[in-house]
Amino acid sequence: MSARRIFAQPARYAAIAPYLWMVLFFLLPFGFVLKISLSQTAIAQPPYVPLFDLTEGWEAVKAAFAQLSLDNFRLLVSDNLYISSYLRSLFVAVTSTLILLVIGYPIAYGMARLPRRWQPVAMMLVIVPFWTSFLIRIYAWINILQHDGLLNKILLALHLVSTPVVWLSTDSAMYIGIVYSYLPFMILPLYATLARMDASLLEAASDLGSSPRQAFWLVTFPLSLPGVGAGALLCFIPIVGEFVIPDLLAGSGSMMIGQTLWLEFFTNKDWPVASAAAIALLVLLVPPLLLYDRLQRRTLGAAG
Amino acid sequence: MTEESPEIYAPQANLPAMPADVPLLRIEGVSKSFGNFRAVDRLSLDIAAGEFFALLGPSGCGKTTLLRMLAGFETADGGRILLGGRDIAPVLPHERPVNMMFQNYALFPHLDVRDNIAFGLKRAGLPRADIDSRVAEMVALVKLEGMEKRKPDQLSGGQKQRVALARSLARRPKILLLDEPLAALDRKLRESTQLELMELQRRLGMTFIVVTHDQEEAMTMANRIGVMNGGRLEQVASPRDLYEAPQSRWVAEFVGDVNLFDGEVASREHSRITVSTSGGAALAVAEPRNVSVGTAVSVAIRPEKVKLSRRGPGSDAVSSQLINRLEGEVTDVSYLGGLTVYKVKLDSGAVVRSSIANTVRLDRDTYSVGQRVVAWFTPDDCVVLQR
Repeated sequence: MSARRIFAQPARYAAIAPYLWMVLFFLLPFGFVLKISLSQTAIAQPPYVPLFDLTEGWEAVKAAFAQLSLDNFRLLVSDNLYISSYLRSLFVAVTSTLILLVIGYPIAYGMARLPRRWQPVAMMLVIVPFWTSFLIRIYAWINILQHDGLLNKILLALHLVSTPVVWLSTDSAMYIGIVYSYLPFMILPLYATLARMDASLLEAASDLGSSPRQAFWLVTFPLSLPGVGAGALLCFIPIVGEFVIPDLLAGSGSMMIGQTLWLEFFTNKDWPVASAAAIALLVLLVPPLLLYDRLQRRTLGAAG
Repeated sequence: MTEESPEIYAPQANLPAMPADVPLLRIEGVSKSFGNFRAVDRLSLDIAAGEFFALLGPSGCGKTTLLRMLAGFETADGGRILLGGRDIAPVLPHERPVNMMFQNYALFPHLDVRDNIAFGLKRAGLPRADIDSRVAEMVALVKLEGMEKRKPDQLSGGQKQRVALARSLARRPKILLLDEPLAALDRKLRESTQLELMELQRRLGMTFIVVTHDQEEAMTMANRIGVMNGGRLEQVASPRDLYEAPQSRWVAEFVGDVNLFDGEVASREHSRITVSTSGGAALAVAEPRNVSVGTAVSVAIRPEKVKLSRRGPGSDAVSSQLINRLEGEVTDVSYLGGLTVYKVKLDSGAVVRSSIANTVRLDRDTYSVGQRVVAWFTPDDCVVLQR
């Protein structure tokens, strides 16, 4: 028997692994959350009813199903708190993504134009922050941004300000934290697209009369759009659900949806409403996820 | 239409009126190194307007580097490049009146055929109507009508090549640089495209400089060929002279197939010398140059000029001429269709190749392996090369 045959069978079964993973770790938990979102809160352990009790037979399960309702979703649309959290999340995510793009693009572009042997070093430098805990890095920012922190000391020393600026518990601090944390996710896909670009295209543009600036806007930038899309979505999607950074750095004035979720879940112990909010967030993120998937496919198609 | 649309590279603007004896392009002692590697080494060359010039050489000989210096993508370390008598060193690539057709075509993947061709015209700020008419003219020139809206990834290799050609011709450059223009095409398409390029060059009267490693391609298309080796020009000549009168052993071996006999000049009489080879034979060779006795030389003879016979040429017309006869045994026969190549192991130990055209369909007068033959050739067909 040929060796290929022997290996072909496991290879075929290997394709099941990702599906199994999806069912076990996404669809099943999602089913639980969906179920909770349709339940009612209760002072109990776990804090909601109804519970499915399979030991009491089919009728009991049917009765439990009958108790499920969309009340929690109705609450979501009727209460301003949730709608404003969603809107704030979207606004923060869009703004942060734009800032990330403006900062990340030149960095990725610079990296792609470095001599070949320096590029892995630059990539290391982008990834190095991941070696320390995300939380510690955010706490470090609290340190930098506080009243007598590093940032204010520098600003005072340079005479750019005369009195210390209040950074902590402002939106600026939150944006600094978000942009800092997500920058690698913007840079890496952009760098991948830019580094892969055929250098002779720029020479052709130059040969045909383009100044370097024209060549950038007419050739480099349009061809990097898949990377721009991938980077933007890779940042936008998690920023919408971001909870830690706004909680630690932003003021208490308005909340992002992640914070509202946390509040409902742990402070109010209202698991059903929290679950409903989580499901709504997921639904909100489906269109950009699909868009990301399409962009990925197109990039893969172009590469193949 | 051709006459009406404005020129991007206006003759007055870019090329001042120049005396007739100044060549369109003059390369003067140009050098270029990459680290320790000398890609181009003090190279000088003149190319006249309207020439179809080929830079031929093996990979790494510096031909592409030279072309890229003409386009402005590389800067020469030393020497000057004069276009119409003017040094173009300070002229940036996007301002040079030359255009390049890239080896991989470098078509813009996000633009369709029309926009690829129009790219250079738009940068020149031509009016829209002129761009449209010029693009239509170029599309017709390379026979791509109906393909204007296709993206490069929807084109075949041959079609991409045409778009690249149209795009580089659209600005009507003073010189068109072609970097291995046909390397990516299959053999049949390459042959027909060679003829189209020649026809196009004649029709447009434009100066073409093509870089190629394919000697057949260079011989077919170019009026003049510069053979490069190690960053230097070994020889600049017409295809015929390159083949029939190579100036060095290297050129003789690089261009076409050749038999070489090493030896030294034994005697000289008028325009004929006798070379005694290291194999012990004495070869009579026509040599108009004054080569002194004792000089170490190589005698080169092309395989198609080596004839074979069973006994050696007899007493008829050819006998009045001095003929070199070398006896040996056929060791290999390769039938190639149009011709058959015989390898003959001479009694001196050397191997000589003879290619004989198959002019008759049913030829019984062939030689077989193991057969004893006489390989013979005339003094006039030999070339003497200094060693």
